[in-house]
This record gives sequence, C-alpha cells and structure tokens, in this order.
Amino acid sequence: MLSLPTPDLSHLTHEDYERVYEPAANKEDTFILLDALEADVEELLEAKPRICLEIGSGSGCVSTFAAKILGPSECLYLCTDINKHAARCTHLTGRQNNVTLDPVLSSLSDAFNQRFRKCGGVDLLIFNPPYVPTADEEALNAQGDADIAGAWAGGKLGMEITNQVLNNDILSHSGRFYLVAVKQNDVPSIQERMNIEQGMPPLRHHYSDRIFLDSLPLRIRPHAADEVLDVLHLSQPFDKHLTA
Amino acid sequence: MVRLITHNLLSCHVKGCTRNNFPLRFQDVKVELREAEFNAEFLRNFVPRIEWKALVDAGKELGDTSLPEELPEMLGDEFLKKLHHVLLEIHVEEGAMVCPNCGHVYKIMSGIPNMLLTESEI
Ligand SMILES: C[S@@+](CC[C@H](N)C(=O)[O-])C[C@H]1O[C@@H](n2cnc3c(N)ncnc32)[C@H](O)[C@@H]1O
Ligand SMILES: [Zn+2]
Repeated sequence: MLSLPTPDLSHLTHEDYERVYEPAANKEDTFILLDALEADVEELLEAKPRICLEIGSGSGCVSTFAAKILGPSECLYLCTDINKHAARCTHLTGRQNNVTLDPVLSSLSDAFNQRFRKCGGVDLLIFNPPYVPTADEEALNAQGDADIAGAWAGGKLGMEITNQVLNNDILSHSGRFYLVAVKQNDVPSIQERMNIEQGMPPLRHHYSDRIFLDSLPLRIRPHAADEVLDVLHLSQPFDKHLTA
Repeated sequence: MVRLITHNLLSCHVKGCTRNNFPLRFQDVKVELREAEFNAEFLRNFVPRIEWKALVDAGKELGDTSLPEELPEMLGDEFLKKLHHVLLEIHVEEGAMVCPNCGHVYKIMSGIPNMLLTESEI
C-alpha cells in the first residue's frame, strides 16, 4: 500500500488553533480518518467518486488528504463548516498542498440538500463530528456560537449533530460515508439505524484501532476521557465491494 | 472561492423558500481566474449532474458567454475545454448570491460563501 504523507499544515498558527480544531496526535480522530481513507484507497480510486463532501472540515486536513489520494482533478471536494475560521483554514490548507477545496460556510449539508436530491447526491461523505456527549444546551450554544466548542460538543450521547446527518439522505446510490464515532455514541445503534432507515447493509468493515483518548486536555473536551474511536464505513447496497 | 461547479449545487434554504430558489444570482462580484488541471473524464462524468441552464446563465452573469444554450450530445474536447474553464477556473472572490425567490442575500467574502442562516430563518 502506498503511504502518503499527512498534509502540510505548517501555515496554520497557534492562533488558528485557538479557533479551529487542531489535528493532533493526542486526539487521534483526524488521523484515524486519514488511515481509514488510506486503507481503502484502491477501492476508492476504482469507485471514482465525483462529489466528495466533508462536513465540519475544520483545518481542511482530511479533505486535503482525500484530494491527494484520489487526485485533485478527479473529484469536487466540497467542505462545509459552521465556523468561519475553519472555512478559511480549509481554503488555505488546500492551497498550501496544491489541491483545490471548495469551502462553504453552512451547517451540515443544508445549502446543498435540494440539489443533491436532484443530481444523485454525494459519492464520498466524510464527517468527524462533534461527538462528545454534553448537555443538549451546551451543544446548542456551541452550534450557535460556531466557535471551537462546536468542534466537540455533541449533546445527548454525543449524537445530536450526527443524528441530523444520518437523517439526511444525501448519499448517491454507490456512495460511501466515513463517520468518526466513539463508544458513547452507541456505534451498534448508528449501524442499525443506517441499515434500517436507509437500506444500508451491515457495516462492511469496522475500522478500529481501539484508540483511547485519555490524554486530552480537559479544558477542551471535558467529557472526552476513555473514548474509543471508530471510523464507521457505510456503503450503500449493490456496492460491488460489499462481499469483499 | 465560489466556482460555478459549486454555485450549481447551492440553493436558497430559508425556511419556506422551496420554489424558484435556484440558481442564486450573483451580485457585485469580484472574479479571479485561476488555471486548473484539465480532466476530460471528470467533466464527462460530471455533466449529468449539472443543471445546464443554470450554469450557462451563471457564466453569462460573470461575463462568459462561451457555453451553448443546449448541452451538446457529443462531448468533444473543444466543448469540454470551454466547460472546464466555466465550471472550474472562474473564482468569485467577493460579492453575493441572491435568492431569486425570497431575495435572501448570501455574502461571499474572501472567496467563502456564507450560507449560514440565523435561527429565525431556518
Ligand atoms: C471534531 S472537529 C473535526 C475537524 C476536522 N474535520 C478534523 O477531522 O480534524 C468537528 C468540526 O465540525 C464542525 N461543525 C460542528 N457543527 C457543525 C455543523 N452543524 N455543520 C458543519 N460543521 C460543523 C466544527 O466547527 C469542527 O470544525
Ligand atoms: Zn430564498
């Protein structure tokens, strides 16, 4: 397997990371997503996604990586975030790494949903959501403030934001969805909901390195100790790779 | 930046605004041209996902009249080169996109379109 370097983020400053989620080794989530994409690179290249959407792109690290492995001109890389600094950083990170990302300030995929329904939808959907369980109000405020707290505050079971994406049927019929989840999100129930509500087959593979996030600074994510990260890889039915 | 490929996928999503809410009209734009790598296969694959008239009209709004009113049946290289330019190389850096139905203004600042709505608009 080809091993690609993680994107160059040297242009982002300490100040940027006070406002935008930092891909950091001690948090792991950003990198587990890169690993999952890299592990599937051959299948993804074969599937030839033409519309990639990363919800909550933050620094832009993951979409940049996707563009690097799939080819900058092979796909449209849409990136949304509610945080304007994140959209700006996403833009810059694409540029720094010679790929074009198209950042849009939007909650989830709201501004695209109507057209996605008509044009077949998203071929590659990526979401490292605010997944930390918090009080609902805390999540609501973080969404409203659209600042760094919006990167982690996930409300009940850490699922308030992710649930909205799961309810939105925006995947194309051969679409794939990479979603970061932690144990507290109740991974089996996410899987089950995807199966039941959208006709998805059982998880094709369960990417998990059982990484524990217990070294998180409490200041940033107070409930984050003892998390287990999973990248769920959900594919639509009739995917020829399903039996693999 | 807002490229026309992205513009072609955006609609107004103000609560209750569900008809005639696409395409958004450009207003007071500042445009930059930036070269992109030509990829004929990508373009051929992407064509079915484009709302053609919206793209042609948006191109015109930005001063580019190179696209035919009707999507040609044969997607030859000459046509694809024009499509490539309109879809991927015109970047709207500043200005706004306005909903043709409700008039909501979505600003574009430093190349980033702000599609966020306030709580009362959702
Ligand atoms: C855990 S961070 C992930 C950032 C980046 N994708 C990464 O993996 O490093 C979650 C991101 O989602 C964004 N976010 C939170 N709520 C959102 C919403 N409703 N719509 C879009 N983005 C959202 C946050 O601003 C933050 O950038
Ligand atoms: Zn409207």
